Amino acid sequence: MKNKLTFACFLALFGWCACKETPYQHGKIMYTNFCENCHMADGSGLKGIIPPLAKADFLQKNKEAVPCIIRAGMKGEITVGGQTYHTEMVGIPKLTEFEITNIINYIHTSWGNNLPPVKHPDVRTWLKRCEKNTKPF
Amino acid sequence: MRYLAYIFLIIGIAQGCQSFDNRTLPILGNREAVNGDTVYHTIPDFAFLNQDSQLVTNETFAGKAYVADFFFIACPTICPKTTKQMLRIHDHFKNEGRLLLLAHTVAPKYDTVAALKKYAYNLGVESNKWHFVTGDQAAIYAIADDYFSIAMEDPEAPGGYDHSGRLLLVDKNRHIRSFCDGTDPKDVDRFIVDIETLLNEK
Ligand code: HEC
Repeated sequence: MKNKLTFACFLALFGWCACKETPYQHGKIMYTNFCENCHMADGSGLKGIIPPLAKADFLQKNKEAVPCIIRAGMKGEITVGGQTYHTEMVGIPKLTEFEITNIINYIHTSWGNNLPPVKHPDVRTWLKRCEKNTKPF
Repeated sequence: MRYLAYIFLIIGIAQGCQSFDNRTLPILGNREAVNGDTVYHTIPDFAFLNQDSQLVTNETFAGKAYVADFFFIACPTICPKTTKQMLRIHDHFKNEGRLLLLAHTVAPKYDTVAALKKYAYNLGVESNKWHFVTGDQAAIYAIADDYFSIAMEDPEAPGGYDHSGRLLLVDKNRHIRSFCDGTDPKDVDRFIVDIETLLNEK
């Protein structure tokens, strides 16, 4: 009886801890593995070479293109925060729709970004669209 | 008796502070004794081309200290991070004429003078402060060894090249005096203090 009670307490504690963590824990791990090398742990990018994701106007304006960028990459010239960039980003085709959704939601809620979350079915639609015109940029 | 102890304590602290002020960095690497003299590990002669097609040799750094590293432009792994830290050092010592930066590409096949020029331009840095050099691949890989670094072509590695992300501090006598992990901003903090210590040496 006592054991069961201790167990329940642990479970409650665990649940409480887990909820206190960043809401997009999975997205954060995927970001660390697949994006952080270039876009940096704080989303700041590299001046003139790699655009930032933190407080980036590009993300806000091109919400529907972002899943495609992650999957298929991009190479055209773009302007982010008033600075132009022209370096190729190679796509990461092995990421699933689910993983892409989680990464975007982590980005949308980190480093001062305050963008609404994206939903899995929307990401799927946007990805379908990008398959047709191959690359968005 | 008690007073004596306090006096010693104060002298001790003063002494400690003094030795901290005059702190010098060690000379790193293998050393040999030749005819009773110690010969330290020394960066050998080199000659590469920088982003402005100028020849860069040991003479370019005569009387100055420099920070060296190895990278390549299309690097999908650690290079953006190490370049970001190099940029931090660049900005920190922008007006310090006694410190230069030297970045070697490990992929000279792709990183031509023109490519390096564009890269440096995008970063917003000038060749009189930060040299991005290319040259004979074997010569670059050989000198990486002297900088305690790894540089090699490896089809298995992401981007096709393998290399370490160390930043190295070389003094005006071509001796390595400190290094850090260029992907770790905290380690670079310590490294910047080391650079200042070196520049304050008499
Ligand atoms: C190898 C380096 C690299 C990696 C890894 C990388 N990117 Fe990029 N990313 C870039 C570059 C370079 C650009 C700019 C492309 C251009 O100039 O056309 C870019 C552009 C972007 C943009 C559009 C511009 C902006 O700042 O909003 C987004 C969004 C983006 N990346 C997200 C990601 C995400 C998410 C990941 C991880 C899944 C990722 N990137 C991984 C290099 C990289």
